[in-house]
Amino acid sequence: MKGTTYPHAAGFVAGDRPQVVTSRFQYDDSYTLQRYLATDGYKGLQAALAKSAVDVHNDVKGATVLGRGGAGFPAGVKWGLTPQAVWPRYLVVNGDESEPGTYKDRLLMELDPHQLIEGCLIACYAAGLSQCFLYIRGEMAVAQERVATALNDAYAAGYIGKNILGSNFSVDIVLHWGAGAYVVGEETALIESLEGNRGMPRLKPPFFPAAIGLYGKPTIVNNVETLSNLPWLLRNGVEAYTAIGTATSPGTRMVAVSGHVKRPGVYEIINGTTTFRDLLYGEEFCGGIRNDNQLKAFVPGGGSAPWFLPDQLDLPFESKLVGAAGSMLGSGAVMVMDDTTDIVAAAYTLVRFYAHESCGKCTPCREGGTWLERIMMRLVDGHGTTRDLDQLFEIGQTICPGEFPHAASERLGLEAKPFPFRMTTICFVGPSAYTAVDSALTLFRDEFEAKIVQRNLIPVSVGASE
Amino acid sequence: MARLNEANVVYAKEIIGRYPKARSATIPLLHLAQQQDGYVTNEAIEHIGALVGATSAEILGTATFYEMFKFEPVGKYLVNICTTLSCALLGADELMHHAERHLGVKAGSTTPDGMFTLESAECQAACTEAPCLQVNYRYRYRVTTADLDTLLDDLSHGRLDGEVPPHGTVARVRQQIPSDRTVGVFAPDDVTTAPVWMPAPTAEAPK
Amino acid sequence: MTATETGTEATVPPPDPNEVRLTINGRPVVARKGDYVIAAAQNIGEYIPRFCYHERMSSVGMCRMCLVDIDTGRGPGLQVACMVTVVPDMIVNTQSQSALKAQEGIIEMLLANHPLDCPVCDKGGECPLQDQSFSYGPGESRFVEEKRHFEKPIPISDLVLLDRERCILCDRCTRFADEVAGDALISFTHRGNLTQVNTFPDEPFASYFSGNTVQICPVGALTAKPYRFKARPWDLEQTESTCTTCAVGCRTVVQSSRDELLRYQGVDSDPVNWGWLCDRGRFNFEAVNSEDRLDSPLVRVDDELQPTTWNAALARAVELINEAKAVGGAGSIAVIGGARGTNEDAYAWARLAHDVIGTPHVYPQMGDGAQINLLGFDRATIDEAANAATIILMAPDLKEELPVLYLRLRDAAQKRRSRIIEFTQKGSGLSGEAWRVIQYQAGNITQAVAGAGADAAIAAQLAKGTVVIVAGRANLAENPLEVGNGVVAALGLAPAAKVLPAFRRGNVVGAIEMGLVPGEGGMHVLDIARASAAGKIECLILLGCDPLSDLPDSDLARQLMAGAPRIIAIDTFLTKSSSPAHVVLAAAAYGEKSGTTTNIEGRVSTLSEKVTPRGTSRPDWMIAVELAELLGADLGVSSVDDLTDAIAANVSGFGAATVAALRTARDGIVCKGSLPPATAQVSTIDERNGYDYRLVVSRKLYDNAVGTAKSPSLAHLTMGSELHLHPLDVERVGSTDGADVKVTSKRASMVFKVVADDSVVRGSAWVPFNQPGPSIGELIDAAAVVTDVRVESF
Ligand SMILES: Cc1cc2nc3c(=O)[nH]c(=O)nc-3n(C[C@H](O)[C@H](O)[C@H](O)COP(=O)(O)O)c2cc1C
Ligand code: SF4
Ligand code: FES
Repeated sequence: MKGTTYPHAAGFVAGDRPQVVTSRFQYDDSYTLQRYLATDGYKGLQAALAKSAVDVHNDVKGATVLGRGGAGFPAGVKWGLTPQAVWPRYLVVNGDESEPGTYKDRLLMELDPHQLIEGCLIACYAAGLSQCFLYIRGEMAVAQERVATALNDAYAAGYIGKNILGSNFSVDIVLHWGAGAYVVGEETALIESLEGNRGMPRLKPPFFPAAIGLYGKPTIVNNVETLSNLPWLLRNGVEAYTAIGTATSPGTRMVAVSGHVKRPGVYEIINGTTTFRDLLYGEEFCGGIRNDNQLKAFVPGGGSAPWFLPDQLDLPFESKLVGAAGSMLGSGAVMVMDDTTDIVAAAYTLVRFYAHESCGKCTPCREGGTWLERIMMRLVDGHGTTRDLDQLFEIGQTICPGEFPHAASERLGLEAKPFPFRMTTICFVGPSAYTAVDSALTLFRDEFEAKIVQRNLIPVSVGASE
Repeated sequence: MARLNEANVVYAKEIIGRYPKARSATIPLLHLAQQQDGYVTNEAIEHIGALVGATSAEILGTATFYEMFKFEPVGKYLVNICTTLSCALLGADELMHHAERHLGVKAGSTTPDGMFTLESAECQAACTEAPCLQVNYRYRYRVTTADLDTLLDDLSHGRLDGEVPPHGTVARVRQQIPSDRTVGVFAPDDVTTAPVWMPAPTAEAPK
Repeated sequence: MTATETGTEATVPPPDPNEVRLTINGRPVVARKGDYVIAAAQNIGEYIPRFCYHERMSSVGMCRMCLVDIDTGRGPGLQVACMVTVVPDMIVNTQSQSALKAQEGIIEMLLANHPLDCPVCDKGGECPLQDQSFSYGPGESRFVEEKRHFEKPIPISDLVLLDRERCILCDRCTRFADEVAGDALISFTHRGNLTQVNTFPDEPFASYFSGNTVQICPVGALTAKPYRFKARPWDLEQTESTCTTCAVGCRTVVQSSRDELLRYQGVDSDPVNWGWLCDRGRFNFEAVNSEDRLDSPLVRVDDELQPTTWNAALARAVELINEAKAVGGAGSIAVIGGARGTNEDAYAWARLAHDVIGTPHVYPQMGDGAQINLLGFDRATIDEAANAATIILMAPDLKEELPVLYLRLRDAAQKRRSRIIEFTQKGSGLSGEAWRVIQYQAGNITQAVAGAGADAAIAAQLAKGTVVIVAGRANLAENPLEVGNGVVAALGLAPAAKVLPAFRRGNVVGAIEMGLVPGEGGMHVLDIARASAAGKIECLILLGCDPLSDLPDSDLARQLMAGAPRIIAIDTFLTKSSSPAHVVLAAAAYGEKSGTTTNIEGRVSTLSEKVTPRGTSRPDWMIAVELAELLGADLGVSSVDDLTDAIAANVSGFGAATVAALRTARDGIVCKGSLPPATAQVSTIDERNGYDYRLVVSRKLYDNAVGTAKSPSLAHLTMGSELHLHPLDVERVGSTDGADVKVTSKRASMVFKVVADDSVVRGSAWVPFNQPGPSIGELIDAAAVVTDVRVESF
């Protein structure tokens, strides 16, 4: 099977494809300053400092560097949303990676922290951001240690702080770390958390962080992978960057494929063109479903994304197409379920996740999420009733009124309902608690009904390790 | 063991000094308290409130929002077995049941000898390495029941002391910002002009 | 401004740039830029259901109850009306199918974990959750799961209990505590479905404003001890009134059942209290209901005060007055007090004293207030103060003495409308909000102000915009003339500044304006006391006042009382001072009489009679009318309304406050009399020679005043008498925090517990006034400008 793995880079699988952000993963000392400098380190920053801030900003706009945190919003455009003549402006780096199925930002922080730091510096230079806060998920001890070491070395070497590389560009990067709360990944909650508060999202609009963010000042929130793209972009130029992928989805993106595939792993794939079939069955990718079982369903973009069926395998990683097909690319996380999977139990783990991670602010999320979880648990344990199935749907209606997005199914003769949905909550945690329920219920209602009849009292496990 | 000790107060003040507003240091300081005592004591909460200028109720409100902070003693080793989808698909439940049997406690509780606290955790961003777990936030990947037995055994015999610090300590490397390099912090409201490297405000509408 | 007002009929007023035109439920609406949809809708009578939204606090969009269909061009979509601001051509539909369905869904979810114990809940019958479930809810709940469980009501303070099972997590109480009161002692804890409101262990929600959280709680989660289980809302009758506990004059509703006062609630008066009340004002109705109230007049018979009829009592009072006249002339009669009554009480008594009895010796305060001529300056309203670019604070701690004014000024500082420059002898509740805190020692205000004027930054700030000086008696051990000196000095720095006088006692401004002030050759209360000591006062009339408790110089107070051979007291209780009286005339209390009151702004607003006066007690004004009659004069009034109109007719500046006008003016009518402004007075301070701590004495919210002492829920909240020194001074006197120290002035020497307190200026010693324990009044010399003391450890 093609594709190379490295003992020091658990999960990462290299292939002979362009490597924009993972080029150093092959080295077991990839996170050190020496290695970084030996492999074009901080050349992107030098290239940036040689230009005006405006030109650098234009490069990022020109390259349409899409946000990799979930929303897929172009970074260059976001930087332009700060209100004129309002200072100071801050950069907050979102390293809170917690979306079920998502594993990429942690790799980038553990294996190439200097690349991230360089990306932060370029962003601060381009957008006039005078202080940067690098927020790393609390549970990621090694990532915190690697980034801390990298920051210390970079400060000592003059890449961070006052008059960087002798220029008039000065910025501090402060390492900040969380304490375990998925919702804090949401940018407004991230800011609340960074201000020392409970991580409850602030409603937006009218308060986009770019306008009113940290300490009430304009704040750019960008994802770790997004920023890690910038050094390569500045080194190789816009043309080189847009030469990869498609016009609407240029460059590469990191995708973690987990679950029932032969070779689960994190792959840097070409944006826009690579299809899910390539990824799940391709030789240099996952190489097929484990034990050559049948594919039952897969989650295309992290736990918040509506599920896909084999019907959708030929869709490429292109947000418009995936959206039209009823789901989203989200955070580059594909979770694969083969035909041995207990769909109800599988959906339950995701419902439980979002119910547990609700911040408690919005009534529908706080109450509805737990309500869904309770019913799903009943169903998993075989105590459910048909009444419960309608109730699940009714609760969904309170969180997300109207028809919920779902994939097309030949088997069920079902048309796709495109993304997105309407919602009664502030952030997406509420809807996400219902997403898996809706997908499972819409695409596999028979399995729910089977459980009701079965009255199966032995707790079932979602799937076996073999 | 209660308020932050002298060394930690010094470090706490250094951390506070990195933020335009002291309150931002709340979570790092709570970690410091947990590192000192193994869990977050009420005295520490009061002390932190005084340091960052918030009431104890506010600090408690922040602290209890986050998973990692514990408010009574937990085991020397906190074993978090991920049970979210990717791990569940590859036998997380099985692994959890095995752990419960091995340690003789249910998920969410601590062994009588105070050595292990077992918890069922949510996604740990290692989904391709399922099923996975963390011991005091150090990862173990693709864990079989046999791996788990060995791990627990090694831990209880101190064979992993070098690699896995006692509960409370997360990162062992700390950021140091050299005083001769730092730009320093400014009260957000005191900054009213663009940074020097930014081009002069060309035709910028007044705010 | 309308064309007619400007007098330029021809020109059409220009279109208001802040006006926004939109459509709500098919009706064209004109709102203002920045208005939330929920408010714009309410203004045209379209009520959008809500739980977390509160017009006096920031929006959080937490409960999601106010979801409505909003179309800003991209088609209708559900949005929360409490967070979305109006924009031109916006189309709002609060009645759309989707909106109604969403609201129904939210109610169902709110009820999912709610105990539905309405039959035993204080809120039942006036509960927004109950009401809105009725009008917007699904009717039945399909939630069959186990509900969330918490320990039933836990006391979160001395006055408030919290039932977390009923709480719907609307963030109102917590937002109030943090944003409005600045006492963030309650907070959300835990997360998601386990979220709850709580205090920190052993750190109760000890806020002077805790009662407001009970009022704004949209469910029965927060209940007030003084009201719990007392009545069901449907048994309550209520009428709007004005609180007279202090001189802010908060608007209230007074609620009663079976002729007993049961609850006060704040009413939102935009220029005054924004709906808030302090706990003292909210809960001291207990005093009105007190067993100890006088229910009939008393006369002294062989040294015993004995109940009697009004005829007998009034006859005896007139006898005493006439004897006094016969012995020493009208000038030997003094009338002091009157600041606790209504304008009508004060007016009637002023007429009685000056015109009928004919004495000039009339004084409304006990030497514990500021100069009456503070009312002579260009007067500011509370709104003007709370919107001034600069607020110069040279007042007592407003949080302790005028709590809701404190809230208004705190809001001004918090929202960055105003910068506060505080001159203080001891840190105050507002010091934390102040832009500059200038500490000074009693007697040095003039120098302190001069010093501040020399500071370029301060000078620049004062030039920035309007300036309001909030001035009052910061130190009862300092001569009140210093207050005037401070204002005059401040006006030197900001000549255009207006002055908001921080008088404390309920209707002191009314008493002054109504004429309870010295007439030609009349004496100040302190001089009346000295005259009494010299045997020159034949009859002393105490009009609802208690000099033995309130006159800062205890020795002088005793002389005042001892020197007077005849004492007539008009009072609601037997106090220290009314007990030795020869005749005690039982007075009706707050809530038992109607009329008007005047707050620090000069705002005249109405008081309502809700319950019948205790026993045979009657309002002060009626007593005055009857005494006048027995003294052979006719005040020409027979009802409160007569008096109100008489005031409008005869008191200069009060012409607008007629009965008719007041009936429609819900926020009252601002009136200002014609007193001349206070002028600078030379104050010479004698050498300290060994008495090296300057005494600062001021009031706490809870003290021995009858209103508090006779309210069981409040009485135990007094801090007690103790001496506070700066920590370094505690060391300096060789003592330790909590130890006893000997405190000596030229007057006397007594023992206090010493407390280290860094809010006290070095070289000063602070003691709270009128608290249980040693009375600091024994050390105070009212004749001196300041009182210095020696502090020695044992
Ligand atoms: C519930 C929720 C969780 C999120 N978690 C993350 C996260 O863990 N990491 C992340 O980078 N973005 C996360 N996001 C997206 C962020 O809100 C934000 O869009 C992103 O960090 C912006 O960076 P980008 O533009 O570079 O993608 C989350 C969003 C939501 C609604
Ligand atoms: S106690 Fe009442 S006001 Fe406070 S949060 Fe709960 S429901 Fe809201
Ligand atoms: S689901 Fe287990 S680590 Fe992601």
